[in-house]
Amino acid sequence: MSLLEVKNLTVKFPSRKGDFTAVDDVSLSVEPGEILGIVGESGAGKSTVGNAIISLLEAPGYMSDGSIWLKGGRIDDLDENLKSTIRGRRIGMIFQDPLTSLNPLETVGAQLIETIILHLELSEKAARARAIDLLNQVGIENAEERVDQYPHQFSGGMRQRVVIALALCSDPEVVIADEPTTALDVSIQAQILSLLRKLCEERNVGMIMVTHDMGVIAEITDRVAVMYRGKLVEIGETEKVLYKPTHEYTKSLISAVPRPDKKADRFPLVTYIEDVETLPEDVKLSDLWLGKTRDYEDFEGSMLTVERLKLDFVTKRAIFKRNNTYFTALKGVSFDIKQGEVFGIVGESGSGKSTIARCVTGIYEPSDGTVSICGADLNKLVDINKRNYYRRQTQMVFQDPFSSLNGRMRVENIIAEPIIFHKQAADKTEVRKIVHELLEIVGLGTGAARKFPHEFSGGQRQRISIARALATRPRFLICDEPTSALDVSIQAQILNLLKDLQEELGLTMMFISHDLPVIRQMCDRVAVMQSGEILEIAETEALFNTPQHSYTKKLLELMPKFRTSA
Amino acid sequence: MLTFIARRMIQSVLVMIAVGLITFGLLRFVGDPISNMVGQDTSIAEREQLKEDLGLNDPFVIQFANFAKNAVKGEFGLSYTLRVPVSQLLSERLPATLELSIMSALLALFIGMPMGIYTAIHKDSWLTKFFLSSSLVGVSLPTFLIGILLILLFGVVFRWLPTFGRGEVVDLGWWTTGLLTWSGIKSLILPTITLAIFQLTLIMRLVRAEMLEVLRTDYIKFGRARGLSMRALHYRHALKNTLIPVITITGLQLGSIIAFSLITESVFQWPGMGLLFIQAIGNADVPIMAAYLVLIAFIFVAINLMVDILYVVLDPRLRTTVGD
Amino acid sequence: MQEDNISWAQDMRRRIADNDIWYSFTHTPIAYISAIIGLSLIALAIFAPFIAPQNPFDLASLDLFDASLPPSWLDQGDQRFLLGTDDQGRGILSTIFFGLRISLFVGFTSVFLSLLIGVSLGLISGYVGGRVDAVIMRIADVQLSFPAILIALLIDGVFRTVVSKDLHEDLALYVVIFAIAVSGWVQYARTVRSSVMTEKIKEYVQAGQVIGLGSARIMIKHILPNVLGPVFVIGTLHLALAIIIEATLSFLGVGLPPTTPSLGTLIRIGNEYLFSGEWWITIFPGLTLIILSLSVNLFGDWLRDALNPKLQ
Repeated sequence: MSLLEVKNLTVKFPSRKGDFTAVDDVSLSVEPGEILGIVGESGAGKSTVGNAIISLLEAPGYMSDGSIWLKGGRIDDLDENLKSTIRGRRIGMIFQDPLTSLNPLETVGAQLIETIILHLELSEKAARARAIDLLNQVGIENAEERVDQYPHQFSGGMRQRVVIALALCSDPEVVIADEPTTALDVSIQAQILSLLRKLCEERNVGMIMVTHDMGVIAEITDRVAVMYRGKLVEIGETEKVLYKPTHEYTKSLISAVPRPDKKADRFPLVTYIEDVETLPEDVKLSDLWLGKTRDYEDFEGSMLTVERLKLDFVTKRAIFKRNNTYFTALKGVSFDIKQGEVFGIVGESGSGKSTIARCVTGIYEPSDGTVSICGADLNKLVDINKRNYYRRQTQMVFQDPFSSLNGRMRVENIIAEPIIFHKQAADKTEVRKIVHELLEIVGLGTGAARKFPHEFSGGQRQRISIARALATRPRFLICDEPTSALDVSIQAQILNLLKDLQEELGLTMMFISHDLPVIRQMCDRVAVMQSGEILEIAETEALFNTPQHSYTKKLLELMPKFRTSA
Repeated sequence: MLTFIARRMIQSVLVMIAVGLITFGLLRFVGDPISNMVGQDTSIAEREQLKEDLGLNDPFVIQFANFAKNAVKGEFGLSYTLRVPVSQLLSERLPATLELSIMSALLALFIGMPMGIYTAIHKDSWLTKFFLSSSLVGVSLPTFLIGILLILLFGVVFRWLPTFGRGEVVDLGWWTTGLLTWSGIKSLILPTITLAIFQLTLIMRLVRAEMLEVLRTDYIKFGRARGLSMRALHYRHALKNTLIPVITITGLQLGSIIAFSLITESVFQWPGMGLLFIQAIGNADVPIMAAYLVLIAFIFVAINLMVDILYVVLDPRLRTTVGD
Repeated sequence: MQEDNISWAQDMRRRIADNDIWYSFTHTPIAYISAIIGLSLIALAIFAPFIAPQNPFDLASLDLFDASLPPSWLDQGDQRFLLGTDDQGRGILSTIFFGLRISLFVGFTSVFLSLLIGVSLGLISGYVGGRVDAVIMRIADVQLSFPAILIALLIDGVFRTVVSKDLHEDLALYVVIFAIAVSGWVQYARTVRSSVMTEKIKEYVQAGQVIGLGSARIMIKHILPNVLGPVFVIGTLHLALAIIIEATLSFLGVGLPPTTPSLGTLIRIGNEYLFSGEWWITIFPGLTLIILSLSVNLFGDWLRDALNPKLQ
């Protein structure tokens, strides 16, 4: 008899277009002291499994089949009153976003005490002592004092610790953690993971860890279940599944994870997932508009030169300008990017890496310093035609595939807009022809032209975004975290596409990411950033093999240990 | 936190100055104040003299300063039509309006809030559907029509309740009240209901919307996952979070009840400030209009300020972050 | 090209069939019933001169012997006047048709004006920011301190003092429209502003900047279409409110004069006869007003829920 057993679980969400099966005949079990990972990409149904176990399915979802057993007792068919004696008492739960998981109007202590009294029937005083004890256990210093503080007085990582304390209040037998570290920075992520591992072992708790992140799986799980479109495709020892996968999907998923240890030429073709189309063989760029010689003048020197770039944001506006409070996002940054080079910028959130991209493209006006593209200082160019000439050569691919396309415009109009604005085509027929070519090149096909962005998946939208960026025939392409919102298999396709385009068109690229393995796969040279400063610039291989700055070393240490081949 | 309140106070003063400028502009530039004061046979010289005496030839800033000084004291000059100081007229009528408005606000609040909470928690019950659809009727019914319908029903058909005036009032020296006599209370019933219905539906819909919003948040979901009972989640966690925005808007509603009362007063011939204002508009009696506006603005600003302070007291996020 | 057009038509048909809002509309009885009632009332108003049994403004056809007749199904009722007559012998049914015409005209024009002012100011305020934003929003704050009805009353009052009485009667209609329009812009401006604030930091706006598009183009072509959803909802609910405000103003005697009677004016006229038992003069225009504003409100309420993705 296992601690927790899920048998043939099927969850359906009825809608007017028929029932959608989110979880399809899934069976798994958890033993005491064990961490079972459930991994899968978006839409795999992994969170739904967790919600079903604790019977918190979002309406209108319902369990249409299967059963859930806790220590041999069936728990899914209990009535609501009995269920609440299990929920929180015998099964604890941890959610993704620590910022929204706590009631902002009550102190951390009040929320802990409320839960402890509810489950353990202690006196107010004993409950408080236990609350402080729990906070100590999850690694919160000065727990005596902090117990009376409000959630907003804790940082994100500390709040997640409070959430963990709340989940452990009543010594549950099972804990379900749903993407518990996804909203946190890498360094904090590592701390939370080791805390969970420790608590799990000490208290002999069975844990289900729901995540999309192979690194997390490799780091702390004992066994792993791989889900794809509601089905459980593979389950077994973590080592075995990760390094000797048997199912086709698992194989393709694992091969899509960027390798941190060495640079591969391309990502192996990810075959299992639909909407996969890399640069089609029969499209010859040199025959198309995009591949033809561009009307730019050649020039000597670097594609981009940034000197002492500084940017202050006003955080608090005072009546007099000199009393304003500023936040310095960039503290005098200098670097240059050679023609034809892929230059990476890596750093944690808030390091200022995206701000650089926005200064280079003219979205933000720098407070000080110069930005020269193709040898021309953009801020000194007064002539609008000249400015547009340079603007046209620099384009950008954005991070968020959902907000980077105007939802009210058809795809063809989105891509046609830069072509028309920069007068790249003689008439409407030519514009349309170019748009269709671009859609073919990014692997979407001409059928996409008349659709609206919401009809596409995240990866497809990112392709549209790339097509739009190419529509001015740029020489210099800036990619700002182009894949960080995407599933790993989609990421592999998009990175392949970008690589192909870069090579075929001889593009110069600035590639911004927080993800070191991705940087290693994509870039020739890398700059490491922290709080508005560049700490180190080096050739990619040199940086990964012999990092100079202590911060770079720390980042490399925190990098997921997961490798694709043993 | 103190700087926050201080900033709000400065803002309030600015709003009052803006309103003062508008009303001053009204008084000074709309129509001719002199010809409103004197008869047709007054000579030009006398008119000029009067103009000088009243300070109408002074520079704009000085005139406005004088106006502001008087306004603070409550002096707005004589009513054009009634030839009585406006301050006296308003202070006579203020109690009638306030009694009506406060009774309505209480009615709206004590019925609207529970209805809002109920409809948010019991999303699919038939009572919720009934409340929601009747609230739409409430929003769609113009206040004056509600009044007319109530008069027709209770005044004309059944003849149960009085349909105009305040009934017998007791003069306390500084205040006249209708709450101490049976006829006064009876007279208050229909106008109070008339005035309350619209606000009641607003409050109910607002509480419901806020509560639904809170019930969708992660901490409520996490609360359920911790095993908290629905009761504790609804009445302890959700309600408290709902009340903060609700307080703001309800506070503002109280102000608009006072302004709205002019419709009710007109329907029921209720001798309050609103009725006075309506009559003043009909007669182009600018001093009364000006004084009424300033008074209403002052009440609004005062309520606003109190709401802001209450907000800070209730929300720990503001209490600490605003302070440092 | 031919082939393209066919696929375009199919495309549209598929889009409408797929559209969640259309689905919700056709599957929510309250939504389509209120839309049908609202549209019928609008049709009655537009075609009033052709379908009204009498022309209440043709003085020659009025006969004082017909004054104060009750509805036709009561004793002393007259078959010619289905809903009875008023004190001057005008058929209530006909005056309602014409009153509806005026009420709806005032409602639509003032909402349109309000929307125009509010959306442009909100767009500018949100996109430009800084001092322009501060000034516009402070004005909005001050105005928001007063209920719309009070602002409308005030504007009307000022006109009364400035303009002579005869002129005022001619201008009354436009004064009322103007007053209601000015009293209502704030809501549009604030909503549009806050949507613009969230839209303008989205990446599609930055993409436009990277292409090199100018501010005006980004504002009108990219941001505006994305903030219009809530504007339609406010517009619909505001239409009901505008009709109510106009009726209230007219009822209070500061709106439309008896020479161009709206529903509110009719109710005001009838109110004087309430106590003498001639209830029909007030009640029928009153009921019409309720049905009109209720149908518009119900439709607006549905529209708000349908456009709010959170509720689905």
